Formats: sequence, C-alpha cells, structure tokens
Amino acid sequence: MTRRSAIIWLTLLAVAIVLPWLFYDFAHHRPAGFVISMLSQMGMMIILALSYNMLLGQAGLFSLCHATFFGFGGYSTIHFLNAAGAGELPVPTELMPLLAGLSGLGLAIVFGAMATKQRATAFAMITLGIGELVATAALMFHHFFGGEGGVSTDRMIDQSLFGLSYASGIQVYYLIVGWTFVAALLMWLQTMTPLGRMANACRDNFERAQFMGYDPRIVRFLQFCLAGFFAGIGGGLYAITYEIVTFDAVAAPLSANALLMAYIGGNMVFVGPVLGAVLITLLQSGVSLMSNSWLIYVGVLFIAMVTFAPAGITGIIMAHGPVWRAGRLSRLILPYLRLVVPGIATVAGFVGMVELLSFLTIGAAAGKHLVLFGSPIDANTAAPWAIAIVLLVVGTVWLRFEARYFARVWESVAGSVEARA
Amino acid sequence: MEVLLVSLLNGLVYGMLLFMLASGLTLIFSMMGVLNFAHGSIYMLGAYFAYESTRWIGFWSALLIAPLLCGAIGAAIEIWGLRRVHHNGHIAELLFTFGLVFIIGRSVQMAWGMLPMPYRVPASLDFPLFTLYGLQFPAYRGFMLLISAGMLGGIWLLLKRTRVGMIIQAALTHPGMTAALGHNVPLVFTIVFAGGCFLAGLAGVIGGNYQSTEPGIADAMGPIVFVVVVFGGLGSLAGCFIASIIMGMVVTFSVVIDASIADLLRPIGIVPRSDDLLGEILTVPVARIGALLPLLMMVLILFFRPRGLLGTRDT
Amino acid sequence: MTGMPAIRLADVRKNFGATEIIRGVSLDVAGGERHAIIGPNGAGKTTLFNLISGRFPITAGSIELRGQRIDALPPQRINRLGLSRSFQITSIFPRLTVFENLRCALLWSRGYRYSFWHLLPRARALNEATEALLRDLNLAERHDLPAGLLSYAEQRALEIGMTVAGGASVILLDEPTAGMSHSETEYAVALIRRVTEGKTLLMVEHDMRVVFDLADTITVLVYGRVIASGPPSAIRADRAVQEAYLGAMAA
Repeated sequence: MTRRSAIIWLTLLAVAIVLPWLFYDFAHHRPAGFVISMLSQMGMMIILALSYNMLLGQAGLFSLCHATFFGFGGYSTIHFLNAAGAGELPVPTELMPLLAGLSGLGLAIVFGAMATKQRATAFAMITLGIGELVATAALMFHHFFGGEGGVSTDRMIDQSLFGLSYASGIQVYYLIVGWTFVAALLMWLQTMTPLGRMANACRDNFERAQFMGYDPRIVRFLQFCLAGFFAGIGGGLYAITYEIVTFDAVAAPLSANALLMAYIGGNMVFVGPVLGAVLITLLQSGVSLMSNSWLIYVGVLFIAMVTFAPAGITGIIMAHGPVWRAGRLSRLILPYLRLVVPGIATVAGFVGMVELLSFLTIGAAAGKHLVLFGSPIDANTAAPWAIAIVLLVVGTVWLRFEARYFARVWESVAGSVEARA
Repeated sequence: MEVLLVSLLNGLVYGMLLFMLASGLTLIFSMMGVLNFAHGSIYMLGAYFAYESTRWIGFWSALLIAPLLCGAIGAAIEIWGLRRVHHNGHIAELLFTFGLVFIIGRSVQMAWGMLPMPYRVPASLDFPLFTLYGLQFPAYRGFMLLISAGMLGGIWLLLKRTRVGMIIQAALTHPGMTAALGHNVPLVFTIVFAGGCFLAGLAGVIGGNYQSTEPGIADAMGPIVFVVVVFGGLGSLAGCFIASIIMGMVVTFSVVIDASIADLLRPIGIVPRSDDLLGEILTVPVARIGALLPLLMMVLILFFRPRGLLGTRDT
Repeated sequence: MTGMPAIRLADVRKNFGATEIIRGVSLDVAGGERHAIIGPNGAGKTTLFNLISGRFPITAGSIELRGQRIDALPPQRINRLGLSRSFQITSIFPRLTVFENLRCALLWSRGYRYSFWHLLPRARALNEATEALLRDLNLAERHDLPAGLLSYAEQRALEIGMTVAGGASVILLDEPTAGMSHSETEYAVALIRRVTEGKTLLMVEHDMRVVFDLADTITVLVYGRVIASGPPSAIRADRAVQEAYLGAMAA
C-alpha cells in the first residue's frame, strides 16, 4: 500500500469515528440517536455495495441475489447470538460478523457452483431465481427463518473482547465502523490480487483469459464466493444492530438496492459503491419519509444514469480530472450554471406531477394532506397541475437546449485537453 | 380422479398463460440478447389497460386495444431507450429494463391506486363450459386456452411463413451469422421487442381477470416467467413451451397434494423429527410450498443441465 | 529434427452442421521450426487454429502436443501444457492498462493461479518481467494507457506480447501482420523473430513476403485439405500449388 492510499484510508476511518459526535444531542448527553442509526446503516450498506461491486464492476456479473448472502449471514448471526446467549457458543460479539461472513461464504459456494457456470444474461436470470428461492423459503419455513415474523435475539451476550456490553447504539456503531473498515480494506486489497485482476480480465474478454491458462468459470466462482463472504459480514452487522432479521434482509428489494448503490455511485472505481451507499441511504431515509414515490424517483435516476452516465457519479467526477489538470475547468462553469435553472424546473415539475398524481390515487384515500415544497396544496384545483405541467414541459425543452450547448463546450474543452496530451 | 382431470385442465390454462409471457421473453432475448426485466410489468400494464378499455368500450375490443398499447409502449422503449444504451453492452440494456420495473410499477400505482381493480370475466363468457364429476369448468378458461392456442398457431405461422419470421428463426440458432448478413436492422429489433410486449399485453388481458389486477402481479409473474425461460433453455422456443406447461402443471398440482417428503420416506422406515429445519422441510405438505417448487426445479435442472431443458446457447 | 514433433495432427476433421470445413488434415510441426500455413480465403486456416488451441472441438482425428493428446481438452488446459495463440481479430483486455494486460498474461506461468492472497504490486519479479517485456515490445511509453486506446499496430504488438508472455514453447499466430502498413509489417516481423527465438512457431499469414521471410516450412491448405508441405523453395516451385492456390485465389 502506498503512503497516499494509507492516508486516505486512515482519514476516512477518522471521519467515521468522529462523525456521530458532530451531531451531539445535548439534552441526553450523547450523540443523536437517529444519526447513529443512519450511520450504522450506511456502514452495512457500504459493505453490501462494495461486495456487490466485486461482481458487477470487477467481474462484469449482474447478480440479483446478493441480498441472499447478506440476509443469510444475518439469520445465522441471530442463531449464533442466541447460542452464545445460552452459553453454548464461546465467541465474542466482535467476532460474530466473521461467523456471519463464513455463513455467507458457505451458501455462496453452494449457489455459486450453479450460477457461475453461466455468465452475462443467463447468470442474471439464475441469480434472480436463487434469490426468489431463498426469499420464498424464508417466508415458508419457521425453523431457522422464523417465517413471516423473522427471528430475533438479544445482542448483549456478555462475551466481549473489550468488555463492552453493546447496550448503546454508539458501541454498536463502532463495531460497525471497525468491521466496515476491515472489510472494505480487504476488498480493496483483493482488487490487487491475481484473482481480482483476472476477474477484470474475464469481464473484458473471457476467451482471451482462457488462452492464458485461466478457467473463467473458476474465476467467476471464486469471485462470487468472496463477494458472498463479505456480504455475509454485512448481514452479521445488520443482525447485531437490529437484533431481528426478517424476510426483508434476503428479499429482492435489498438485492436491487445493492445494484442501485453500486451503479449510481459508479462501478468502475473502487470508491464508487461507497459513495452510492452513502447517497442512497441518505436519500432513502430522507425522501422515503417525505414521499411514497421513492421508487419512481430512484427508477428515473437509475435509468438516466444508465443512459447518460454509465460510469456513475464517480465516473462523472473522474471525467473532469483531465480538464481540471489542464486548468480548463473554469470554461465549464458557465455551461454548468446554465443547466441549473432548467434542471431545477424539470425536476420540480416532475416531482410535482408525480406527487399530485399519487396523492389523487393513493394519498387522498389514506386521508393525508398534500404538502409540496413546504406548502399545503389542494390537488383538486387546476392551478398546481398547470404549474407542474408548465414547469415540466418548459423545463425539459429548455434543458435539452442547454444540454446541447453544454455538450458543445464539453467536446471542445475535452478535445483541446486531449490535443495537448 | 376428478381432481386429477380438473387440475390437468387448470395446469394447461396456467401453462399456456406462462408460455404467452415466456415466448415473448425468449424471442426478445434470442433476437436482441436483451433480457427484458420489465416483461412482468408489461403484463401488468396489459391487465390494467384491459380493465380500462373493458370499462369504456367492452371486453372484446380490449382484447385488441390493450395488447396494441403494450406493443406501442414496447416499441417506444426500444426506440428511445434500449437503442440509446445498446452501445454500452448487454449489461446496460439489462439494467435499463431493470430500472423500468420500478417506474412502471409505481406509475401503475399512481394511476390506479394500490387496491385490486374489479376487472371481471365478461358476462358472455361467465358460465360453466361443462361439468366434470360435479366440478364445473368455467367457459372463460376454455376461452383462455383458445386464445393461447391461437397465439401459438399465430407465432408458428409468423415464424414459418413470413420474411421477418425467417430472420427471427435464423437469429435464434445463428445470431452471429444473421448479423453478418446485415439482417439485424433496427426495425427488426423494434418489431421483435414490440411483438414480445404485445404478447405480454395479451397475456395481461386474459390473465388479469383470471388471477387479479393489482400492483403486485408484476412481481408475482415476473420471476416465474424467468424461471420458465431458464428451465426451458435460453433461446429455445420449444423448450420454453415444454417448460411453461410443466411449470403450469407443477404449480396447479402442488395445490392439491397434501403429502410431504416424509410420507414418501415412511414406508422405508425413516421418520424425520420435525423440530429442526430439515425436519420441517421433510414434513411440510407440498400444498404449502407450491410457490417454491418451480424455483427448486430450476435450481435442480441447472445442476444437471446448465443450459436448461433444450437450450443450446451459452450467453 | 529429432524426436517427436511439437504438434502432430492426424486426419483431423471438423464439420459445422453438414458442412465439412476441415477434411482430413495431417500435419507435423517439428520442434523449433517456424511453420506457416497459407491458403486462399475459406481454406480453413483459422478454423484449424481454433481446433489446435481447443476453441472448438474436433469432429474426428487426433491432435497431439509433444506426444500428448490435446484434442479433448479445454483451451486453458492446452495453454498450461505450453501452447499459446494469438487472434486474427485483436483480442486484448481493452479496459485494463497495457501493463496489466501483459501482467495478466504472465500470471499463470508464474504460478499465481487463482490466488487472492498475493498482492500484485509487491510481486517484484513478476512486475520486472512485465516491464522487460513491455520494453521489448516497444510499449514502455504506453504503460498506463488502457489497451483499448492503443493504435492498431500497437494493439497487434501487445497481442503478440500477450501470446508469448506465458513462456509457451509452441506459439500460434493468426495473421499477425494483417492490416498493417509496410513499415509496421517489417517491424512486426522483426518482433516475431525476436520473441519466438528458440520456440516452435505456427502461423497463418496472407502476406507472402512475411511467409517466405520467416518460415522454415510452409503448408498449403485449400478447402480443408493439405495440398503441399515443404520448405519455401519447394513450395515456390510446386506446380500444383501454384495452380490450385492461384486458381482458388482467382475464383
């Protein structure tokens, strides 16, 4: 590891340690509870997204059953904790996520042996089936999965390496920080191993890898197993944090979330999924509180990314690197500014339409009141609809116009940067 | 005996419904290499469109209007969506359709709400077709069989008798060659994608009042259709047909089987304890785990035949 | 030449559906020789390469690598036995850097296999060997460039480098100079000569200057059959070859 990357890693660790104390709750003399629970969730989601990207970004494998290994690690941990609480398993809380990871690994070996025989589209379909299989089984069987109610535990097993009780959220948070750091570091180092590199190679051109002595199936299989291991660790932390694991932890929406985080953050750079996990967790806890239409927003964002920015947010940032180094970034300021107003108009119009529509069909029936952009609105009058439609239509047309201007400037700037290099 | 016959007929009805969805998926996949994740969502749209047009015009015109609308949406998706991401590879196309699932799912909720729609079997078909050992077989199910058999015949004629059909057939077996001959023109892509969506919409029309018309049906039908396609073998229409019928039978029959694996083991002297997971798996009646069986069968066939029942192509 | 041949094909046949593409080819390539396969388009030269390297299964016959049957083995197993091939259409890892491309090609032969416990930046001997090869290919300046952004001739050089990197003793090159300009071809020939020193080389080539410049032995393949095989001078003088070959070329 170079000194520079060591500094980055340690800085991130320090930020994670300090962060909850910046949101201090003076009334209760401790860091604010909701911040801790959100940061804890971010930690787990970072592990989930990073381990997912071992498949999507690094091996070009589009998996739809990643939550299976996350959730299985969670279910296992509940049972481990229960066994430990009953005095049957002398393992300290701090090492429970390792057991969870091994559980995830075990299941990944079984399912990976089937799924990794294929790649690309067939692989995606098979993993979809596997995910459904486990999720359905989790609902049906009461032993181990606990059926619809899930399984629960008490994390205070009184076995700790450091004498901690894990009664408070902040202690659990630091456990999560520790494991997220270790897991992320290991996953980062894995990208520099022969297996990690050959996963990239098989993603780009599996046939060539074959003619260099490698069996792409074994590369896929091992990569899949390792991803399952790390996902299991995330699930273990989930179990310790919530003390209950239900069907949600293995179900398709969580697998889809892993994909969204990795893709929106950017699957071509190692930190991409970290960014995606942080962003999606923030959005999810923010937007889904305010609006039921979270899924349509995330769907539109996702499709926009697939169409216009397949390398994700980190990809967009990285694309500015050469321009910045050439000192031409200032030429982009005006085009960016010109995007702001039509951009806001389009988004506001779209949000307005979605919220008005869903209020009429869903919200009104539930007896709620519509509050849009901070003010109460009567969806039965024409004015809000007219405003939303005008904003959407004018915004879209204007945005397209400005986007063309932006594309022209970008091409000329990028062209001149390239010419210099 | 009567249960057997009735289940056989019901299995056939459900199997043909699955085939209507799975065949579109297979055709799209074989032609374009794209797995349309939103296929279940299009099916759902078909059901809702059918409900709406039944309300305003009538069921018989819905039979044409809803599939046409779905086909038009399919064409729009292909022209303005898939074609733009095509150059980023198949994974990007896959992701695109995956994103559509969210959007269509929520849009349907926004337009029609969360509750099931009262989309009913038309009165003219709401009578028992015949009575078998005292059990009535509804005429609508016979009608469903008729429609799906008609569709099967239609696809067959289209593939065997038309130029587009020839190209599609060639693409099924020799994708590279067909492209090299200059046949993979965008128009054919659009036609195939719209055609697949048309079939999904048609399935929605006759499936919407057979099952129910609510926002959950996309998620309920989507996975099982994928299972059918994987089970039958990617790119094989025949395999797709066999798999659809098998799955239709399995799902229908499992409902009426009250036995468990333990009942099979008992004669040979193995009586499992029922207080652990294995015991539970062995003693649970088949009827309760019906939804699990297609998925299990998929996993099993992949174990023994990684390419599926009749699949010849790796992806 | 003494001992067993490096590659021995005995009555190899290949059908695609009802079409017979390779119609009973028998061929010995002696260890250490540079052997070129020529023939008109559609003669089955690339197919023959695909059969030898394990990309397609053969329909009948047998293929031996230094006395060992390889015709039922998958490509990676054949590669591990010491046979490496290049592709007519450049086949590299476009999103990996030039350096990574070459290093990947070295991994298996250096015993790293599927390791996820070695860190590549610390594998000094491996990295030095990669650097040396990079210089040898004249690609040192392109070290960190994604391979997909190399010029065509550079990609071809990288392709050859990746083929020889693993230290295979038998090298198959499929039209290594296809699409190159005159000066690029000269450079490529020198490169091939240099990196295949002491190895067995089997190549498909259209450029007759390259063939007669490089090859010790030439085999002429027409419509899936060998019609002649021998030293360049003999092939050049062979009446039948001239007729069949030129006749087919004209057709």
